[in-house]
This record gives sequence, C-alpha cells and structure tokens, in this order.
Amino acid sequence: MSKVVLRGFGWRHAGRRAWAVRDVDLRIDHGERVLLLGPSGAGKSTLLAALAGLLPDDSGEQAGTVEIDGRSPADARDRVGIVFQDPQTQLVMARSGDDVAFGLENRGVPAAEIWPRVGDALDRVGFPYPITRSTAALSGGEAQRLALAGVLALRPGLLLLDEPTANLDPAGADLVRDAITRSRDHDTTLILVEHRVAEALPLVDRVVVLEAGGGIRADGTPEMVFTAYGNRLAEEGVWVPGFRISPRKAAAPPTGPPVARAENVTVDQRVHDVSMTADEGEVLAVTGPNGAGKSTFALVLGGLLAPTGGRVSAFGDQRPPHRWRAATLTSRIGSVFQNPEHQFVTSRVADELAVGPRRLGRSADETAGIVDALLQRLRLEKLAAANPYTLSGGEARRLSVATALATAPRLLVLDEPTFGQDRRTWTELVTLLAALRDEGHAIVAVTHDDDFVQTLADRTVSLGRLSRRPS
Amino acid sequence: MTFTTQPIGDPSAPLARRNPVAKLAAALLFSLPLISTLDPLTPAIALAVELALLPLFGLRHTILARQVWPLLAAGAGVLITMVLFAADRGGTLLVGLGPFDVTTGVLTTALGLILRLFAIALPGVIVFATTDPTDLADALVQNAKAPARFAIGALAAFRLLPLLNAEWQMLTLARRARGVDAGRNPIAKVRLFGATAFALLVGALRRGGRLAVAMDARGFDSGIARTYARRQTFTGADTLLVVGAIGLAAAVLATTITLGLFRPII
Amino acid sequence: MATNPNRWRTIDIVIASIVAVAFGVIFWAWGLLWNGPADAIPLPGRAVLYGMWLVPAVLGALIVRKPGAAFYTLTLASLVSVAIGTSWGWTLVVQGPLEALGAELIFAAFAYKVYNLPVALLAGATAGIVASVYDALVWYPGTSWASMRLPYILITAASSLVIAGLGSLLLVRALAQTGVLDRFAAGRSRALV
Ligand SMILES: Nc1ncnc2c1ncn2[C@@H]1O[C@H](COP(=O)(O)OP(=O)(O)OP(=O)(O)O)[C@@H](O)[C@H]1O
Ligand SMILES: Nc1ncnc2c1ncn2[C@@H]1O[C@H](COP(=O)(O)OP(=O)(O)OP(=O)(O)O)[C@@H](O)[C@H]1O
Ligand SMILES: [Mg+2]
Ligand SMILES: [Mg+2]
Repeated sequence: MSKVVLRGFGWRHAGRRAWAVRDVDLRIDHGERVLLLGPSGAGKSTLLAALAGLLPDDSGEQAGTVEIDGRSPADARDRVGIVFQDPQTQLVMARSGDDVAFGLENRGVPAAEIWPRVGDALDRVGFPYPITRSTAALSGGEAQRLALAGVLALRPGLLLLDEPTANLDPAGADLVRDAITRSRDHDTTLILVEHRVAEALPLVDRVVVLEAGGGIRADGTPEMVFTAYGNRLAEEGVWVPGFRISPRKAAAPPTGPPVARAENVTVDQRVHDVSMTADEGEVLAVTGPNGAGKSTFALVLGGLLAPTGGRVSAFGDQRPPHRWRAATLTSRIGSVFQNPEHQFVTSRVADELAVGPRRLGRSADETAGIVDALLQRLRLEKLAAANPYTLSGGEARRLSVATALATAPRLLVLDEPTFGQDRRTWTELVTLLAALRDEGHAIVAVTHDDDFVQTLADRTVSLGRLSRRPS
Repeated sequence: MTFTTQPIGDPSAPLARRNPVAKLAAALLFSLPLISTLDPLTPAIALAVELALLPLFGLRHTILARQVWPLLAAGAGVLITMVLFAADRGGTLLVGLGPFDVTTGVLTTALGLILRLFAIALPGVIVFATTDPTDLADALVQNAKAPARFAIGALAAFRLLPLLNAEWQMLTLARRARGVDAGRNPIAKVRLFGATAFALLVGALRRGGRLAVAMDARGFDSGIARTYARRQTFTGADTLLVVGAIGLAAAVLATTITLGLFRPII
Repeated sequence: MATNPNRWRTIDIVIASIVAVAFGVIFWAWGLLWNGPADAIPLPGRAVLYGMWLVPAVLGALIVRKPGAAFYTLTLASLVSVAIGTSWGWTLVVQGPLEALGAELIFAAFAYKVYNLPVALLAGATAGIVASVYDALVWYPGTSWASMRLPYILITAASSLVIAGLGSLLLVRALAQTGVLDRFAAGRSRALV
C-alpha cells in the first residue's frame, strides 16, 4: 500500500557527465501495477534504485524529490521490496530458508513469526526445495524465485522488479510471472521493468515510458499508450506488441565444408552428447531449457573448455580448438559469454573494443576506425571512456558482443547475444550479425529469444535437460 | 583446490553438537596454555588427549589427516631452523656439523616445538571441521555478544568463497578468448597470474558492493534491533565443555610440572 | 542515521570482509609457499616474504578509513585462513588480532584522519614488528638472538614496511582506477566521462 510521487526527479551517477534519468514527474497510486518501459540506458534501473532508497548520497547527484507515502525513500525502505536483475548477487545467506528469513530478522519480526512467513513466501513462488537447500546450488530461475520470495516475505507495500525473467527459459519465465501474479494482492503497488512487453502486459494495468534524454514519453493504460504512440514508440526502441519484424534469413544454403564440427561432445555433469556443425554463411541457434548445458557447449565449441568426451574439429586444423594458442584462437573464433562482465579485461569501453584488433596486429588507425564504427552502430559512443562495469544491463551486453565483432573472426559463438536489448539496439545487433553471415561468417548463437530465432536463425539445435544425479 | 566451507564431520556427534562459541572457547582455552612450555611431553600428552576426543566430535582420523598435511611441511621447517640456529647445543653429539652440530638437546627442543605445533593446531581444525559457518556467526552474536552487523557481513562475504573458484575459471577463459595467454614464457605466466588474481579481487569487491546494496534493500542497516530466526543456546553441557577444557589443560601442565620437565619459553 | 562519520556503513563491513576473505585464501597459499619452495631460503632470510601476512591490516584501513578497520580486516583474514586450514592453524586466532592492533595503533595515533604513504609504511612496519616478536618468543624459542631472532625481526619489519605498507597503498591506487572503490574516499578522484 504505497503511493509514489516523483517531482522533477533526476540522478547523475558519480563519475558521469550525463544524467541517467532526468525531469521525471510521476505519481503512482496505491495498488497500481505499472510497467516501466524505455530504451536501453534510459535510466529504468536507476529509477528503481532511487525508489528503493539505494542511491547513496556519495554515489551521485540528485535533482528534484522522491516521496513514498510522503517520506524519503531512505526512510521508507521498510515498505519497499526490490528484486534486481542478477539474482545471484542478492542472495545473502548459505541456505535458502535462511536467506528468506534474513530480511525478516533485519526488520525485527518476532522469531515465532519468521518461519511461518518464510514457508508462506516460498510456497507462493513455488520454490521446489526444502529450506536447507544451498543457495549456491540453484539454477538461474530457481535463484530468481528465491530472491522474489525473500522480498515477498517482507510484505512490501511497493514491489519493484527489474527484468525478473531475463535469462530464464520460457517455462521458468512463466513460473516467475505466475509467482508475481499469485503474490499480488490489492495492497501492493507494483513497478515492473521489462523490455519484452507482450509477456508482461497481463501483470499490469498501466504503462509508463521513459524518454532517453529525460522526462516521460507516454503514460496511461496499455491500450491507450500503444494505440496513441505505438508507431513512434516502436521507432524509438520500445517493443510494442504486434509489431512484426521482417525475417533476415540467409539467401542461399551453405556450400562447402563446415567451419566447425562437434561430434558427441560431452562434459561431465554439464553437457550430454551434442553433435552439430557450424557452416559458413549460416546462423545456427542453440536453444534449450535452463541448465541444459548450452553455455558449457558454447565454451567447448569456442575452444575455451576441453570436452570430457567426443571431439571438436574446426578450420581443418589437426588439433581441437582448446589446444590452440590464444592468438590463433582469437583470429579464428570469437566468443561472447553469457555474463558480459565475465569477459571484460580493461577498464574503458573503447579499450575493451581495441584489445582484439590490436592483438591481431592491426595498425593504430585501423583499430581506431573499427572501434569508432562499432561504438556508433551500437549506440555506445557517449560511453567510450566509461568503465565497462558501470554500464546498464543492455549496454554491457552490446559491448561484449561488439568485442567479438571487432575482430570479425570466421566463426562467432555468441551466448544470449540479444538479452536486455530494446527494439532498436536489438535490430541493430541483428543487422550486424546478418551482414556478417551474408559475408560468409559462421554464427552460432545460444538463445532464449524466440524473436531472434524467428528472425535470423537458419537452423536450430535444441539441447535437452540433463538427467541429473540427485544432489 | 576447492574450499569447502561446510562441516565435514558427523554433525550429530555429542561434542560436534555443542554451541559453536563453546567449542571455540574450549579449543582456545585448551591449546593456548601449551604455548608456555618448550618440553616435548606437554604437547605429546595434549595431542593424545585430542586424538582420543576425536570420535566424540564425529571425526574420523583419516578425514582429519587430509586436513592437517600442510602441518608436516611446517614441522620440517621447524626442524631445519632448530638445526641451523639452536642457541643451546647441549646433550650428546649425534652428527657433527661444526656450528650446526645436531645434538640430543637440539632434537629435543625441535621435537617439542613440532609436537606443540600439532597440539595447538588440531583443536582449531576440529572446531572448524565440525561447525557450520552460519551457526558460528549466530552463536557469536547471540551468545558472545559479537556485533551482529559485523558477524553477518563477514558471513555473507565468506559465502562467496566457493564462488571464487568458478570466477577464477571464467577469468582465465575470458583472457584466452580475447587472445591473451602466456604460452611457455615463465615471466609472462607470472604476469598473467598476477593480472588474473587482481581481476579476481576486483570482481570480488564489485560483487561485494552489489551485495551490500542488496543487504541494505532488505533492511540490513535499518537501525531496528534484529531478531534471530535461528536460536543458539548456551546450555549446561556447553559450560561443561569449556570447564572440561580448562581442567584438561591444567591437568596436562600439572603432569609435566610434577615430573619436573616444564620448560617455560621466557 | 549516517551522521556519525565513524559509523561503519554496510558497504564498509562487506568490503572489509571480502578483503579479509580474499586474503584468508592468499594466506593459505602463502603458507604453502613459505613451507614449500621458499624453504630453500633459510629462516631469517625467508622473512622477506613475511609482509604479505600483514597486508589486510593496512589495506583494510586505507580503504575503509574508520576506527577498527585494520583490526577487523586482519583478524577476520586470520580466522578465515584458520577455517580453510593453514599450517599454523589455530594460533593465528591469537596472533592475527595482536598484529592487527599494532597497525590499528598507528592509524589511531593519527586520529584516523591521515592515510598517506608515511602512515601506511609505519603501520605496516609496526604490525610486522609485533608479529615477529610474537614469533620469536613463541615459535623460535631456544634459537640464538644474534643469528636468528634479531635478524628475523628486522627483516620482517622491513618486509612489512614494503609489502604491507607500500604494497597496500599501491594496491588501493590500482583498485581505485577500476572504479570498485567509488563509494569510498580512497576511490573518489577520477575524471568525469
Ligand atoms: N553505477 C553506475 N555508474 C555510472 N553510470 C551508471 C551506473 N549505472 C548506470 N549508469 C549509467 O546510467 C545510465 C542509465 O542506466 P540504467 O541502468 O538505469 O539504464 P536502464 O534503463 O536500466 O537500461 P537497460 O535497459 O539497458 O538495463 C546508463 O547510461 C548507464 O551507463
Ligand atoms: N563451472 C561449472 N562447474 C560445474 N558445473 C557447472 C559449471 N557451470 C555450469 N555448471 C552446471 O552445468 C549445467 C549446465 O550449465 P550451463 O550454464 O551450460 O547451462 P545453460 O544451458 O547455459 O543454462 P542457462 O539457460 O540457464 O544459461 C548446470 O546444471 C550448471 O549448474
Ligand atoms: Mg536496467
Ligand atoms: Mg547459459
């Protein structure tokens, strides 16, 4: 039961010249359920952090005011619950039950009430394990549900969710959405950030679109917003439901031998018996549920991990890719990891893009040309000097994909290349990849993104879930 | 090396079940007095007592052996140091090496120090091998009045320990994927190792920053008095364990003193 | 709430704890080095490696800049290294806090206001002296003062001055460059982008 009022709100992160959000005037009433939209980098995550009272004075500069039930967010923290995009960083305790109890202890809930409330919250999100389950042993979707339970147990008046289903397989995403629906009661105000509008619409009754430069672009019921502004919003990068994207399939089927071939690749406990080929001039999509071993397989195919069974051969080389020298590897295969932050090796966006071309011996001028072109196309030019770790979720993803594009190797292995993208950056990425494919590069993309598969993939390989020893 | 942060013994054994603070206090009170003497007998008796108590903690000797092997290296180091630098080279000459004469006196002192190393280290190994970190933090706060925010903060950081392994692997892969490797050059290898270690520290601190935000989001620093979901009690049996440890330590020292073998360190 | 500048924020506690956990692991590795390959250097000389054991005290204080930072960080680091099993085991539970107090004393003497190079060096060296005097009394009794214990204390002090004092300061600078210390005074002085 919380009312949110923002007046001329703005926030500028320490170390940045540009405002992350600016001139936001917004009023959200008790029990409203709001979908917050906006292009990547528009400041959605920053706004949620502000509402949760999690922007400390020493981390930036504020303009205007934020009020939750007439109080400042720092004072109203006890009514606000937030779930961030990355679930693993918000689990605090070693055992699942303890983690849900953590917030209740902090709020001084009497000991006798804690465990019933923990059990109730875990039931509501459909958590399948006993409370002693180790939090380190949860898959992404399970961790996401546990994080949600930890927040629901606090019975917040204002519930803030930042892309709660990113990186989940369709079944897992449905479960989390179910959990949100089930946990919803008329007393809870909900603000949800999600790029993919269609799935989120059943959860909300109001849509607010943030403008990239500041202010609010559109505000109202979903029907009203999308009929009045649909075209313009789609152009500006919002995923408006019902807007079809034209497919970009390969013009001709691949000819010649495959660039890489995997035969019965197995990695103990992680990947089971996968065979496939990657062909020149073709985009291959690798799909499957969470935990099926897609990312592990991508590492094997990318020459980063040795398979425990089966073999990978590529580029007609006698030796399997995981035995190649690093320099040979980068000149032939480019890998993009699922978690962008795992892959950054420098502390400036522009340097990050220059690493690859420099390693391949390109001249300084050539390198600068490549870097500038990529920054421009992926809308990162204003962030050239920023630290990669301070980027928004979508920006970090684009940068990590761009690092692989910078060297344009013949084989690209991409793990979830499009997650967290708005419509415009998504289209830009797809166009870049389609162009590479049409030049004859082979592209293997692990993805949960059905639009990506429909639009770009020429062929799909689906991995099943591993049957696993009970642990 | 993977660091296990979970107990390895049988948690239902009579002494493993005791309050973690009691175990900690007992281990400290039993082992610290051993520092006071140089003779080999005191630590030898203490070691015997410790090994005899092991089953009560639900630990098997083989499991323990796996935990304490680094001590052997330390023991060897003590022996070398004594041979090289012993001030008192009394007793019978065993091997004549000029200034580094090995005598029974030297060996007795070395034996005393090595036994003492084991006798002092073992209780610590036993405590941590039978105690869950969460329980320890709970007990420190509830029974030893440790500041709750620090205990929980330390616990949350400790939980990240096993994750560092996976993180290290990803960092190594990332560097290889970006064309950075050391090849066969040992200097490049050391440099790459250093760079990866630094990146690991940076990554851990970054994660810590986010963890702190997540903890604050759930009211960690709200100023409200915390309640405890998990009760830790300090019972009569726990008091008994602590008193027993003091009694045993006194008995061990008394034995050596009565036998006239006690050799104070100062 | 945040009015008292000496009150530890959550981030202070968590970051100091993580530094401690990381160094708990480094201690463990350093112990293997000390008792393994470094055995080739006989003892008082081997103390050139000693400074590593005192880094968390100075590093914690330089990052957090609050009373108790040196003490908390090094004490926790030694506890962690005991928990994962170092060769000295348990006694570190006593020795760790003692050394940590040595460093803490120096920062306290400057009223927790000065965190520059000389203070860092002094704190490192003091912690080293406390540590090596403890070692000399507890672990190397019966060795000669002239050829073993005094050189050992002096070399340890010098090693701590360099590794713990200078090393920590350089490490803080390098960390600040990466942006992870943005919420600390130590990390706030980078250019805008
Ligand atoms: N900790 C930070 N330090 C500096 N700048 C930051 C930080 N976090 C975000 N920013 C910047 O603020 C702007 C808004 O970021 P925010 O994460 O709020 O965007 P977003 O709307 O959530 O985008 P996305 O959809 O890509 O997640 C971005 O340009 C980003 O680079
Ligand atoms: N470094 C690792 N060590 C051990 N097991 C791992 C490691 N990484 C992943 N696993 C496990 O291997 C299995 C496959 O993981 P992987 O990340 O390849 O799945 P995925 O198909 O990419 O899932 P998602 O769709 O969630 O990204 C999972 O059960 C996971 O827990
Ligand atoms: Mg975001
Ligand atoms: Mg994956």
